[in-house]
Amino acid sequence: MIEVEKLTKNYGPVTAIRDVSFSVAPGEIVGFLGPNGAGKSTTMRILSCFMPATSGSARVAGFDVFRESMEVRRRIGYLPENVPLYGDMRVAPYLDFVAEIKGVPRSARRARVAEVMERCMVSDMQNRLIRNLSKGYRQRVGVAQALVSDPHVLILDEPTIGLDPKQIADIRNLIKSLAGEHTVILSTHILPEVAMVCSGVVIINRGSIVAQGPIDRLVEQFFPTARVEVEVTAPRGAALEGMRAIPGVVRVEPLASGDGSGRFLVESARGRDVRGEIFQLAAQQKWGLLELRQVGMTLEEVFMRIVAGEERDAAAAAATEAEAQA
Amino acid sequence: MKVWPIYKKELRLYFTSPVAWVILTAFVFVTGLFFWSIFSYFAQASMRVMTNPQMGRDLNVTDGIMRPLFDNMRVILLFVVPLVTMRLFAEERRSGTIELLLTYPVRDGAVLLGKYLAAMTLYGVMIGTMLAYPAVVAYFARVEWGPLATGFLGLILMGAMFLAIGLFASSLTENQIVAAMVTFGILLAFWIVGWTAEFAGGSLSAVLGHLSIIEHNDTFAKGVLDTKDVIYFLDFTVLSLFLALRSLESRRWSG
Repeated sequence: MIEVEKLTKNYGPVTAIRDVSFSVAPGEIVGFLGPNGAGKSTTMRILSCFMPATSGSARVAGFDVFRESMEVRRRIGYLPENVPLYGDMRVAPYLDFVAEIKGVPRSARRARVAEVMERCMVSDMQNRLIRNLSKGYRQRVGVAQALVSDPHVLILDEPTIGLDPKQIADIRNLIKSLAGEHTVILSTHILPEVAMVCSGVVIINRGSIVAQGPIDRLVEQFFPTARVEVEVTAPRGAALEGMRAIPGVVRVEPLASGDGSGRFLVESARGRDVRGEIFQLAAQQKWGLLELRQVGMTLEEVFMRIVAGEERDAAAAAATEAEAQA
Repeated sequence: MKVWPIYKKELRLYFTSPVAWVILTAFVFVTGLFFWSIFSYFAQASMRVMTNPQMGRDLNVTDGIMRPLFDNMRVILLFVVPLVTMRLFAEERRSGTIELLLTYPVRDGAVLLGKYLAAMTLYGVMIGTMLAYPAVVAYFARVEWGPLATGFLGLILMGAMFLAIGLFASSLTENQIVAAMVTFGILLAFWIVGWTAEFAGGSLSAVLGHLSIIEHNDTFAKGVLDTKDVIYFLDFTVLSLFLALRSLESRRWSG
């Protein structure tokens, strides 16, 4: 549904994105992740036909965003980052305007606007001036205008930013409900959100794609081991040795130690649960077992590792360069 | 072309925000003031004519009331038109709504035309309120409808040009004050360029004279309909709209 190939965008001498390639299958919800300034909004602006790329190509719903821009625009709903709306218009007339301009036929328009207001939970505000709405309602009106023409593809730039937890949950459920019939690409830096809503992610950093794919595959790729965190009252050396001897354990890392107790991170081959053996060991040795907990590796850790790793690489590269110059 | 939804939206924005009401009120107030003073002056002159009928030869409503009124109207419009158009693109750029507007399935030309026609409509309403003055005059004296009609046509054509220039200026910036000032600067330059013509001499003088707004608009109020003048206003209208369109499209060139 969305195919992006070697997309590059320069703003004057600054390169915003470089050789970005990814694709999104029909009906999929994909999270577009990256730190601030990574190039998320730039990519989305190109996909929504707001501005052209310097080089490379992007196809949305089978049409080229630059050459067949009208066809693309007919098939997308776009929510820009800061939710720009006309403050001096009322909610219902505004949505009616968007529906009309997006080509919803006159006979269907009223029903369509009512439906989308219902779905986005803004019906009770339909006669208010947009200027007077709270942030949460503005955001929902923004989502409503993207949905009003029932587009194949939705491009949502930070749809939940600045909302309270209840509102975030509402928007999240709304987006989830779109899966299947719509293809959605949404950017965010709230990672748990992505895990809850999206089937796949594309991670971008410093203008380049650094990872993409289904979330569990990414987690597996970056964290190939299962992890257990243990706290026992035991001599440090004995505990380390005892746990390392358990079959399947790959690595034991001491985390911190207090008076007579120590915390350890035990890594084992994926699919191998060593918690039972650790308990047996503690019981045999008469250690006090204070905590025994499986550590689920989340997207957040993957993200941190990728982004931090990149930063280290960049710093190292800069250092080498400085040395070479000196 | 989806001009109609844009047109409706712009007109709605003019009238749901205070913009149109403030402009209309101020316009009616000021033109009313001008009409009152011109009308009173004419009434006094008529009174004097009764004691000295010789003076009466040159006294008529067209030259005594309507032409001075149209003269003053042009000056008022010079100030008011930048305020009518400054919002059109500058506000969309400042608030970011242009990003949504230009990703809807609508051509840049349709956006431009919708906005232009909405501004033209507000302008038409403004000019429409002026019909009250000849109506008042017609109650007391015989009005020559021909020169009156050409006078209004002159205002409409001049407004078409002013608004197009204003729209172009608004497309250049995201600051409404800058848009208004640029519009005002361009219009004022067209205004006073005629004064410099006298001193320029040679063919330059002729060129500058032809560029002057006043030279082309005064004939309408006299009741003369000259294609040269009509073409002048239409030319600059089309040129300004074309420049505005290019300015809108320019975001697609960069990078």
